[in-house]
Amino acid sequence: MNTPVPADWYLLLSAALFTMGVIGFLSKRSLITVFMSIELMLNAVNLSFVTFAHEWHAVKGQIFVFFVMMVAAAEAAVGLAIIIAIFRVRGTLTVDQIDRMKL
Amino acid sequence: MNEPMLFLPLIALFPFAGFLLNGLFGSRLPKAIVSTIALLFPLLSFAVVARAAWMVHGGMLLPVAESGAPTWIAVGGFHVGFQFVLDQLSLVMLLVVTGVGFLIHLYSVGYMEHEQGYWRYFAYLNLFLFFMTVLVLAGNYLLMFVGWEGVGLASYLLIGFYIDRKSAGDAGKKAFVVNRVGDFGFLIGMFLLIANFGTLNFHRIGTQLAGHPAISGATATLICLCLILGATGKSAQIPLYIWLPDAMEGPTPVSALIHAATMVTAGVYMIARTHALFDLSPTAMMVVAVVGTATAFFAATVAMVQTDIKRVLAYSTISQLGYMFLGCGVGAYSAAVFHLMTHAFFKALLFLAAGSVIHGLSGEQDMRRMGGLRKAMPVTFWTMTAAVLAISGFFPFAGFFSKDAILAAAFQHGTLGKALWTVGLITALLTSFYMFRLWYLTFLGESRGAAHQDGHGDGHAAHAHESPWIMLLPLVVLALLSVTGGWIGIERFAGFLEPVTGQAAMVDAGHTELFLSVLAVLVAALGWFLAHLFFGRDGEAAAQAAQSLAPIRRLLQGKYWIDEIYTALIVRPVQWLARFVLGWLGEWTLVRGSAWLMSGVVGLSGELLRRWQSGNLRSYAAWLAAGAAALLLFALAGTLLGLNGFADSIHWAVR
Repeated sequence: MNTPVPADWYLLLSAALFTMGVIGFLSKRSLITVFMSIELMLNAVNLSFVTFAHEWHAVKGQIFVFFVMMVAAAEAAVGLAIIIAIFRVRGTLTVDQIDRMKL
Repeated sequence: MNEPMLFLPLIALFPFAGFLLNGLFGSRLPKAIVSTIALLFPLLSFAVVARAAWMVHGGMLLPVAESGAPTWIAVGGFHVGFQFVLDQLSLVMLLVVTGVGFLIHLYSVGYMEHEQGYWRYFAYLNLFLFFMTVLVLAGNYLLMFVGWEGVGLASYLLIGFYIDRKSAGDAGKKAFVVNRVGDFGFLIGMFLLIANFGTLNFHRIGTQLAGHPAISGATATLICLCLILGATGKSAQIPLYIWLPDAMEGPTPVSALIHAATMVTAGVYMIARTHALFDLSPTAMMVVAVVGTATAFFAATVAMVQTDIKRVLAYSTISQLGYMFLGCGVGAYSAAVFHLMTHAFFKALLFLAAGSVIHGLSGEQDMRRMGGLRKAMPVTFWTMTAAVLAISGFFPFAGFFSKDAILAAAFQHGTLGKALWTVGLITALLTSFYMFRLWYLTFLGESRGAAHQDGHGDGHAAHAHESPWIMLLPLVVLALLSVTGGWIGIERFAGFLEPVTGQAAMVDAGHTELFLSVLAVLVAALGWFLAHLFFGRDGEAAAQAAQSLAPIRRLLQGKYWIDEIYTALIVRPVQWLARFVLGWLGEWTLVRGSAWLMSGVVGLSGELLRRWQSGNLRSYAAWLAAGAAALLLFALAGTLLGLNGFADSIHWAVR
């Protein structure tokens, strides 16, 4: 079985992952889960980038992926710090209860 | 041949400098310096005019237009400059304005001595002189209009000079508003001139008219009628004369300068200045003549029953201006200007003498409380006598020559002219009658101050005093002018003005004219005789006559109720409309309505947007997702529908 997996499949997987991310982003109540959904969406995009880079033999897409991963790492560091700070002040991470827009 | 230097702008700028100095610093200066400034600058101005007159006498050719006048408006081919022109007509006017003007300034120094706001008075007076000289010197309609409006402003300020009196303020406003009606006509006339001639320059319009004598009569008539409306406003003719009697609220020298000698003659001056247009329109000329005659007669009848000495003179001024209009209307422009000049002398004198009487009686203006002042105020009496004889038209006083010239011209002006002449002659009778009535009531007989005791002691005449020399000097000078002013004769005067006013259709037969002159003097004598009958001895006859003619007397004392009619027909509806427009439309609809609308829209949208900014993270997330989805749909739709530009940019972005 040496036939390569068609690009469409990767794209469909990417779209599915992205949709799951969006749904989680919108529907989950825990801030941590929302945060994870964002990561999921980012990686879905990464997947489609890599797919196109492979398909069109363009290295640009792969470079983009590195950028996204880097930004995502920074975002994760800052985001988790914010989440911890919020938890310390509010004692909860339920999204619906964090609506004051200030600490 | 180099152009002679006339320094024309200085004539106007000197009084303006006086206005600036007194207006800016006058309140901090002592009275002596204020009056020095106020007298010096008009005198300088008069000196420049006199120098110009001397050069004209020495053979300088007129007209002289100042070269290098700055441009005011230049739009396409249309050009208006600050150009001053001196010709025979404006020279005569300038001599009258600055000469009589200076005398009245001199008189004012004495008359206004004890008044509040001394500096303010002289600043206004100089301002008036500035605008009046601009009006007279202007080389085009627009610059003339500047002076025209400016003298209106100065007149408004001076009528309302006694700021603590409401009636004075009201009179000032009335004068201003009524004049605005006339100015509207003047403005429309100017617009029509621009449309038809493309210029407002007197000289160029004159040349164009001379080049194309066939300019349509209807156009000329329309322009002239508009200009006539302007002239009736300024020169207090029917239907816009109503402001002048009320203008007597101002200080008496102001009445002498502005409302007798100079400003009110601006309308006559304007018609004489633009006579080339009027010559094209017999209809307009007829209107001028009829309006003038009607005004002359009408005002003279009202003057017969007035009891306020200044109001008699005010109606007399209106009446005399009517004569000038009659002169213009029958094409005798030089006669009209002649009468303008002599009238400036004797009417200024009448007002100043009346002012002297009022001054001597500490502010009394009612003739019924005067009488017997001949002994107490001899100089005032004799100068006033000269003026009364002049205005009544007795030979050889100034008024005889000029009034006679106008009436003679009217008499030779066809059937209509004959009718107008008849009315003019009757008016001359009335004039003589009411002037001698004033004379008898004021100076002769016994003092009647005591007869009307109403709380403030015995009569004024008991301690009436003659005015100081500074007030008497102008009286004497003007009296001399009132006697001799006419001796130059209409023929020579008309000959001098001929380059400006054109050939006067004058005087063929000596017999007719002699007959007319004798008739005029007889009529004047009859007026004197009637006045003597009624008022000369004891006033019994006057009382009886008043009894038997009660309805007519009431009509005259009510001044034909013109003011009331105007109030009901025009003022009230306008006020009502203004209240509606301002109150309902302006205040409630526009101002408050727009404020409410704006605050309502802002409040409502704030209310809606506030809900959007809930602070709920998940709603923000939802909006974010929705926005992304919308963009995606938009791009997709663009691609599918083949909107090329948009699709290309999407492709470019993807690639």
